[in-house]
Amino acid sequence: MESFVNRYRNLTILLLVIFAQFLLLAVQVKNDQDVRIIRVWTVTAVTPFARVVELLRGGSVGFFRNYILLHDEDAENRRLRQQVGQLKLENVFLKNELNTAERAKALGVFQARTPSKTLAATVIGTGAGSNAKVVYVDAGSARGVERGMAVVTPDGIVGKVIAAYPTASEILLATDADFAAGVISQDGGVRGTLKGQGTPFLKVDYVPIQEKVQVGQWFYTSGDDRIFPRGFPVGVVRAVRDAQPFKEILVDPVGLQRGLEDVLIITQGVHQDIPPTPVGDQPVYIAPPPPDESKPASPAAAGAPPPITEADKLRLEYQASGEAQGHKFGSGESGPPDFTGITTTLPQKPALPQKPAPAAAVPADADPKPATGATTRTTDSTRHSNQANGEPAGSTKR
Amino acid sequence: MAYSSGRMLLSQSDGPVSRFRAWVFIVVPLLAILFQVYVPLFFPFLGFLEMPLMVVVYLSLTQRSQVGGILTGALIGLAQDSLSKNPLGMFGICKTLVGYFAASVGVHFNVDNTFVRLFLSFLFYFFHQTLYWVMQRMLLAQQPPFDYQSWLLFGALNAVVGVFLFHFLDKLRAAV
Repeated sequence: MESFVNRYRNLTILLLVIFAQFLLLAVQVKNDQDVRIIRVWTVTAVTPFARVVELLRGGSVGFFRNYILLHDEDAENRRLRQQVGQLKLENVFLKNELNTAERAKALGVFQARTPSKTLAATVIGTGAGSNAKVVYVDAGSARGVERGMAVVTPDGIVGKVIAAYPTASEILLATDADFAAGVISQDGGVRGTLKGQGTPFLKVDYVPIQEKVQVGQWFYTSGDDRIFPRGFPVGVVRAVRDAQPFKEILVDPVGLQRGLEDVLIITQGVHQDIPPTPVGDQPVYIAPPPPDESKPASPAAAGAPPPITEADKLRLEYQASGEAQGHKFGSGESGPPDFTGITTTLPQKPALPQKPAPAAAVPADADPKPATGATTRTTDSTRHSNQANGEPAGSTKR
Repeated sequence: MAYSSGRMLLSQSDGPVSRFRAWVFIVVPLLAILFQVYVPLFFPFLGFLEMPLMVVVYLSLTQRSQVGGILTGALIGLAQDSLSKNPLGMFGICKTLVGYFAASVGVHFNVDNTFVRLFLSFLFYFFHQTLYWVMQRMLLAQQPPFDYQSWLLFGALNAVVGVFLFHFLDKLRAAV
């Protein structure tokens, strides 16, 4: 070594001097990332050695773990597979729970929106017969369900209750051959009888051949059957054929398209108008733009009274009639005022059912049975006649 | 100056060795650096002159010692760096290599001939500028232009000035 240095003494000194000045430069100069070159060089010089050392260490440890201590791997694999299976099951369960919660939310929204009183129920079983289109729900007569009540979903009609047990009810689906309901086309021009066929499609019967029915047209419940209130979606026409003596109209039921897990049983039906547009094509309300703050508000708008609803008008009318008779509301001193002279007609057709006074204080989700507590059994004919007279479906009048 | 052309390419190891007095190694480089620093302030057209480089070339050629050339080039280059805005070592590395190669040439060839000095001055100037350009790009991440035409011209001018400078410096050495 010494002879080598002596032999190349000049060159060695040159390299040392050059190297020293390179170090001097590297201490001062920074690269484009504001790191001194001496650091870059040092890291670049050290990293490969560190990588090699780490490679050797990792290889040794990996060899030790993978080949020397391999006897536990199989057991751990089995345990991990079991854990993965359990997690998959939990995942499916949680997804189902989420779907259930979403359906319950949709039902809740529909319940709050529809004027009819409804009772939410969950399908707990299907009929035993292969051709029988019946299901069982977890709401029975103990919760106010009666035979003949209509069953719907937010999408459309589902069927009707054919038997009410204390804790469950049997529902005949609209696709069953024994099912029938009165329907009306969207424009109100075509009336017919909806019949199940035992197939996924329903049939609208008794429609004269001269009536115009088109594919894609919507049918709604007409309310004529005294089971389904007017205005519930039934389905979309998928096929129309001219036959003798009536048209053959096949309808795709919309209430059964998304499966059947949660339903609503209509305990007090209220007829509604047929919507002007199909369910899936309802117009969307868009609020007016905010007022321009730069412009002053019009004096007429500032002094105008707040708008009142039809209910407010009714209340004011009844209040005025009572005060005209000298009745003091809320005191209970005088007898009830005579409201028979009021001849107010509701703007919508058909009229809202006139609820009996005790029932008016009953919350929407309360037991629809008569408040008198009488143990009377309502027959279909009685309830239907009540509905025809505008009485709630749950009220009893013999 | 009295050498024939045949003598010019012979080895100088057997010939007389030039020795300088000690103060020459301090004063001459210092004057060259001061010239490089101050003269262009008053005479900008003289900015092309690389007097420290010429001094390094001369001292290395005449000393005929590679270690001496290395140290001379390194010290003058670092001194020049310390008076410039560049990081320390840029001129130092360039002049270290110039000193080493100049000393190597001086060991093997007779460099007292005017044309040899002219050629070597031009060659080392070009080598110095090229090396400096490379280091600017590689170490400082700068993008200076490769202005070889100017380098050729200034190299020729420096070589001419260097010949006269070497002739003057020859007066300062004493034969041993």
